[in-house]
Amino acid sequence: MTTPALSQPVADESAPTLAQRLRRLSRSYLVRKILKALVTAWAVVTFTFFLIRLLPGNPIEQYTNQLVTTYGIPYHEALDQAKALFSIDFDQPVLYQYVNFVGNLFRGDLGKSILSPGTPVSDIIVQWLPWTVFSVGTGLMLSFSVGVVLGLLMAFRRDSLFDHILTLYASLMTSVPNYLFAIAVIVLLGARWQIIPIAEMRGVLSSGIEPALSWTFIKDALFHASLPISIYFFTGVGGWMLTMKSSTIGVLEEDYVTVSRAKGLKDNRILTAYVGRNASLPIFTQLAIAIGFVVGGSVIIESLFQYRGLGLTLFQSVQRRDYTVMQGVFLILTFSVIVANLLADILYSWIDPRIRLEDKR
Amino acid sequence: MNTQDKNSLWVRLADTLASVRKTLRIMSYNKAGFIGFLAIVAIILISYVGPYLVELDTDTKVDKIYQTPSNEFWLGTDHQGRDIFSYIIHGGKDVIAVGLAAGLISTFIGVTFGTLAGFAGGRVDSAIVAITDFVLTVPRFPLLVVLAAILTFDRNIYLGIILGLLNWPGLLRAIRSQALSLKERDFVQAARALDLGTPHIIFREIVPNMMSYIIISFTLAMTGAIYALVGLVLLGLAPFSGTNWGIMLSLAYTRGAMFFSDSLWYIMSPVVAIAILQLALVTMNRSLELIFNPRLRTEA
Repeated sequence: MTTPALSQPVADESAPTLAQRLRRLSRSYLVRKILKALVTAWAVVTFTFFLIRLLPGNPIEQYTNQLVTTYGIPYHEALDQAKALFSIDFDQPVLYQYVNFVGNLFRGDLGKSILSPGTPVSDIIVQWLPWTVFSVGTGLMLSFSVGVVLGLLMAFRRDSLFDHILTLYASLMTSVPNYLFAIAVIVLLGARWQIIPIAEMRGVLSSGIEPALSWTFIKDALFHASLPISIYFFTGVGGWMLTMKSSTIGVLEEDYVTVSRAKGLKDNRILTAYVGRNASLPIFTQLAIAIGFVVGGSVIIESLFQYRGLGLTLFQSVQRRDYTVMQGVFLILTFSVIVANLLADILYSWIDPRIRLEDKR
Repeated sequence: MNTQDKNSLWVRLADTLASVRKTLRIMSYNKAGFIGFLAIVAIILISYVGPYLVELDTDTKVDKIYQTPSNEFWLGTDHQGRDIFSYIIHGGKDVIAVGLAAGLISTFIGVTFGTLAGFAGGRVDSAIVAITDFVLTVPRFPLLVVLAAILTFDRNIYLGIILGLLNWPGLLRAIRSQALSLKERDFVQAARALDLGTPHIIFREIVPNMMSYIIISFTLAMTGAIYALVGLVLLGLAPFSGTNWGIMLSLAYTRGAMFFSDSLWYIMSPVVAIAILQLALVTMNRSLELIFNPRLRTEA
């Protein structure tokens, strides 16, 4: 660590100055990534704030008018109610609104729903978030584990019939939109051939079943989630297969694999200890990023199956112009992506020491 | 002089035909890719020339609802007794047009700024990468859903523009890394030494070497745009004008045709049509790769 050339003599040359400390800190990979995440989060909040403000027709005015005409509330009272709902004040200068908005966010206050008066947006999110995480998360875990294993095998047995068939399947699944498969399943397996009781499987739970730690609840939840999870699995596994296959092919060409083969190591051992680990490196960061997108779920698949999760909530709030819920859900979605990206960066630096060492010049 | 001009015209025509033949032959080296290419040509012909040959059936025939395919109605009839086949023929135009527009815009932004970032380096690079990371972080489909509440997409083309403006980050990253690696190559150094100027280096040296990347990014951008477009129309958030495949799906969904056994053909026709379009676009990539990246060609 070289001390910078100074014009005046330093009191103690061995202890690093504040400037040197800051410089060393800013070279740390971790700190840079955290800063980047914070800046991105701030940018997203600002972006969302101005996005909602750009709405044609002042939503507060619209809501106020609605209150006045429907409930006969005097204008000023209606205006106050509207302001409280939105947790922002349109009369104040934009900067004040902005600071207020960000301040509320820090306190976890996302405002209240317009169409379910009195319900805080955070409550709505907390209520429906678990279902999305459950269905999409399970689908992701399943498709990832199966996809990675299959991809590894496909690369190992390249150009075999096994490889060709699976590659065909994977190409099909990655190019055709996943919701088209969902529609095909509903139409063919559900309506036409009546293999799957789609009418009963709509929604998150059958009527009358309470969320509790009971077997009936778990069984019912799994019953309803099985279709979305299957769709996520069958359409997602293709992508993981192809990614893992190409990553493994890259690793198979490395020298240490040839050496280990020459040493006479069994195929199984090479697969797991040498090839598998190195090929999974880039895959794990992709997984971390995919986890970030789990929270968004899939709006389309959830609406097709009427599976009430965060995606469907976002869609319905857009349909009904429930701006506060829309804003809150959108922020949560983006925040989870930012956090996941940050974790992916940290994970990658932890797995691949070369990234970390790059900075310690 | 007249015969000489005519001869040179024929010669040029013959040359063009020969190069077209050569291109087709190269593409045929990859069987799957060639089939994809033929499928795309077929779909484009059907969607753009078809409407002139097959009229859109707009008569409501109440006695012929949801019929199965027959000689008269090749793909059966829909909920108003209209010929599904005619709707499929007319339905491809909008989807392809929007996909094309979005793909062109994304690719243009990605290539221009990606090359600029890779080549210029320094502050310009950092700024472009920062913006790209930000756009990449915002989840695309939820953003489109939210935008649908704010903007009303009057015409399909606006949707295409918005999609194009959201799809470029992935492309930009790939192009940028390509540009970064190409920058160090000998021919670029030579061009620099000859002081040929930055525009020349970018457009005449670097970009032609990335053509395979660019073309493939373009087709992938198209598939992404079509995914988003059909998804939005299915949810009912995008324009309802026209009779494209997405609208057929959306009508089927809202009229509950999905849960009705007889309406199978009404729904599966656009599903299969869109699926074939996407598949063909993706497989065509492999043949296109052969054209633009001669190193991949293994001639028998």
